[in-house]
Parts: sequence; C-alpha cells; structure tokens
Amino acid sequence: MIKLEDLTKTFGSVIAADRINMEVPEGEICILLGPSGCGKTTTLKMVNRLIEKTSGKILVGGRDTDNMDPVEVRRGMGYVIQQIGLFPNMTVEENICVVPRLLKWDDAKAKRRAAELLELVALDPSVFLKRFPRELSGGQQQRVGVARALAADPPVMIMDEPFGAIDPINREIIQDEFLRMQKTLRKTILFVSHDIDEAVKMGDKIAIFRAGKLEQYDTPDTILAHPANSFIADFVGADRTLKRLRLVTVAEAQNGAVGTVSLTDDLSRAYAILREGHLDTIVVLDPQGLPVGWVHAEDAVGIGPVSSRMRPLPATIRTDADLRTAVAMMFTHDVTWLTCINADGRFGGCITQAGITRRLGDTYRSRSASAPMPQGAVA
Amino acid sequence: METLAFMRDNAQTILFLTGQHVSIVGLAVGLAIITGVPIGIAITQNKKAADIVLYIAAIVMTIPSIALFGMLIPVLSLIGQGIGYLPAMIAVLLYSQLPIIRNTYTAINNVDPALREAARGMGMTALERLWKVELPIAVPVIMAGVRVAVVINIGVTAIATYIGAGGLGSLISRGISQTDSRQLVAGALCVSLLAIAADYVLLWIQRQLTPAGLRA
Repeated sequence: MIKLEDLTKTFGSVIAADRINMEVPEGEICILLGPSGCGKTTTLKMVNRLIEKTSGKILVGGRDTDNMDPVEVRRGMGYVIQQIGLFPNMTVEENICVVPRLLKWDDAKAKRRAAELLELVALDPSVFLKRFPRELSGGQQQRVGVARALAADPPVMIMDEPFGAIDPINREIIQDEFLRMQKTLRKTILFVSHDIDEAVKMGDKIAIFRAGKLEQYDTPDTILAHPANSFIADFVGADRTLKRLRLVTVAEAQNGAVGTVSLTDDLSRAYAILREGHLDTIVVLDPQGLPVGWVHAEDAVGIGPVSSRMRPLPATIRTDADLRTAVAMMFTHDVTWLTCINADGRFGGCITQAGITRRLGDTYRSRSASAPMPQGAVA
Repeated sequence: METLAFMRDNAQTILFLTGQHVSIVGLAVGLAIITGVPIGIAITQNKKAADIVLYIAAIVMTIPSIALFGMLIPVLSLIGQGIGYLPAMIAVLLYSQLPIIRNTYTAINNVDPALREAARGMGMTALERLWKVELPIAVPVIMAGVRVAVVINIGVTAIATYIGAGGLGSLISRGISQTDSRQLVAGALCVSLLAIAADYVLLWIQRQLTPAGLRA
C-alpha cells in the first residue's frame, strides 16, 4: 500500500534519510521508531509531502506521489500530530468537517459523518459536536484529532507521535480504543513514535531508524527477540524479552495436559485422572463448567466428593489476556500456574510458568513460526 | 458652565464638525485596513521585507503631523488639492499603517505553528489556510491595531484644521486665535469624547468579529 524506494532527504550536508526502502502492506500499522534526529519524522512527512524528498520514490496505492498534486496527496491521507492542532475558531463539528468540505462533500453528509466519527472515538455527539476545542480535555481533543483525520475515510493515515502529549493513563485508553477501531477500519498507518512500549503495543511492524538509516524492519516480536545489531538491542532495552510478554496471548502459550473433574465427582475419579495423565493438580468445575477450585494430587486420596479436599483458586485469567498480565498475576499470588477462563467465564485450560518460558523460547530454537503446542483436556 | 452653554447654543455646528471629523478618520482608516492588512499578511512571508516595511511605517509615525501636512501641500498642489480634505485624509492613512500592519504581521506570525502544520497536512492550500484558520484567529489582534489607529488619528485630525480640512479642530484653533476658552474647551472635549466613543464602538465590533471559540 505504501512503498518507499531508495527514499533520500538531505538538508545541506546532513543526510536526514538515507536510501530508505520499505513497504507497508494494506491494513497494517507500521511504527517508525528511533531516537530524536534519526530521520523517522522526516521520512513520515515525505510521504504526505510536507517535506519534499531529495531522491527516491514514494508509491501509495501503486501511484507515484510525484505525479500527484501535494494538496491532493494530503487530502487522501489522514494526518494526526502530537500537538493535535484543532482549529480553535471552529467547533468540533467544523474541525471534523474540514477535509470533507475541502473535498466539496454535501454539507448534510459531512455533518452526518462528523456525528458518526465522534461516536466511533467514544465521544457523545449530542454533547461534543457544538463544543469548541478549548472546552475539551487533552485526551478528548486528541480523540477529535483522530476523528478529524478519519473524516474523509482515507485509506492511509500519517500519525506523528499522536499520543505523545497525553498523560499515561489516558494514553493507554486511547491506544486501546484506537486499536479496537483499527480492527474494523483496517487503515494503512504510518506512525512515528520514540517509545518502544508504544511501538510494541501498536505496531504490526516496527521500523527502527538511526542517523537517517533504516536499521531493521520487522514484526515487534522478531525485533525484540532478534535485534539486528547492538544499537537496536540497546534501544529496545535489556528487558526486551519481558516486552515480548505483551505480544503473546495466554491461549497461545497454553501447553500440556490439564485434568478436570466435576464438583460432584468422587475423589477416586480425580485420583484416576491424575494417575493416568501423570498430573500434579486437577481443576474442579461446577455443573455450568465454571472453574471453582483445584485439588492437589497428594490430597486426592480417600473417599468422599472432591469438594471435601478442594482448595480455592487464587486467581483466574482470561485466555485472551496477554502473558504480561498472566506473569504479573502469578507473581502477585506466588503461584506457578493459573486457571484460564474463556470470555464466557467457562474453564479454558491452564497456563504454567514453564509453558510461558517455552513459548518465548521457541523463536530461539527455530527462527520460523512456533510449532503448535500439544493441548487438550482429559476429562 | 459657559462651555456647556456654548455647546448647547452651537450644537448644530458641533454636529457638523464632528461629521467632518468622522468622515476624514473613517475613510482614511477604512482605506488603511484595505491596504495595511494585505501588506501585513504579505510580509509574513519574508523576514527582511517585514523589517523594511515596519521600519518605514515607524518612521512615518515619527513625523509630526503638522510637518506631514506641510510636506503634502506642494505634492498635492500639483493636482490642485494642496489643502483641505485630501491631504488630511492621506496623512491619517499614513499614520494608520503602522498599527495595522504591525498588528496584522504579529497576529499572523503568532498563529500556533501546530495549526499551520495541521492545516497543511490536511491538504489546505495557502489561501484556504489564511482564510479559514489564520485570519479568523488573527482578527482580535488586527482589530486592536485598528482601534489604536482610530484613537491616534482622531487626535491627528484635530490639527488638520490648519490646512483647511475642518473637523472639530476648527473649534480649538478658533478658540486659540480668538482667545475664547469656551470654544477651545468645547473642541478639546468633543475630540476626547469622540475618541472614547469610537474606541468603544470598535471594541464592540472586535468582539463580534472574534470567533466564538476564541472568546474568553
């Protein structure tokens, strides 16, 4: 969708961007990451021609932007900047309608679109449409900034540290909202950041720049697991493996056999399952399939219902949570395994520290995609 | 009391002179807005041109009004307009340039660069940017310049009576030559009141022109 070929920019004797070659597939978020002065913003602004390149080619949707009017190029791309830049003399509605009006949309259509977009960015149109930017908080302003960039439904978005000026709590919320929107919008996005955590969270791909050169362009997991050189290894941080935890869901890291028994079953049944599967623990489910406790192999002796020897579950984790949350929860409760639940609250397997270690280590044992994990419940 | 009695007895004349006064200042400042605002916008594109233009406008400002009228007489005599309305109007036009150009220049220059960047990045042309973003935001500051120009030039116009332009200065000059303090004070009072009234009216206009989103 966006293709850069030998893209170069020089300011006098300074080479701000040095033969950048990269391609962003349609519907992906590509994070341009690096320390300040590395050429990431220059590269970004060459795409919407706010900075004219010195040489090379930029293709957007197959079209060479050299053959287009810069104004036409920009109207076809949403643009979000760190300082937001809402026009203070216009209402929220007028701000959102700027590009549709430049494109000579019908007025009623533009206004409908403005209301629709405010809903999308989680602001109530009846409250916010007629407000002025100075009446909004920073987070609300940047939501409007994003809505404004989406107004004419451009296939491409250019974002220059869009969430950089927002406080950490609101930044997390807006990032999550943005990712949720992106799931349905599938825009092709170039996104400048200097924050590795943001890059790992938001990016389908990360492009790391240093001194005008593109040093590595790959998925967040590959960059964290296999940094191409010592600069990148330093930049992504000594704790880069911990950052990978965020990229894997609990469901992806589950492995090993898990046994379950029903609350009303007899201890002897639990014992049989534990023996057969060579298991240490077994999870107890209620008749609805919700996990209610667990029984240790040592306790699964004697007679009576499992409920008599059942211990409470310290915590449960959803299978769609990331491993970072899972590890945090294990540390909090001082356990090495957790019971997982699906979105509906029903039992969804277990996750162990060993399983997580194994999952993260896969990439080192083989540079190819990880092999599927043996997984299954013996019940 | 004597002055008030004088003003009451000569209300007709005073009204007429006020009209003359307003017509000189009004037309001149009107033309100054038409010329000064575009000049102020144009010089934002070039720092050097801006320095030169603002320097010249400042020099014009330092010329005493009576000297400027004197300088205009031989020039305008060439078209038979050496004295009267035209030189007065031109002098006011020149004096109005500095506050209007400088305020326009400053206001446009001070528009948040982020707004300009956003406008450019969204695909506005330079003219669309000026019209939809920069000028609306600059309006309060430009209008403040207009107010300064009007107040200064209501004073300047009082002196234009010496080149036969009429206006409220007539009362003052006659008061001096006839050592008639009633006329002198009445003239001065009227000039002051006119300046205050004009400033208030323009302040109201300034508020009306300020976009709602920028009103405090």
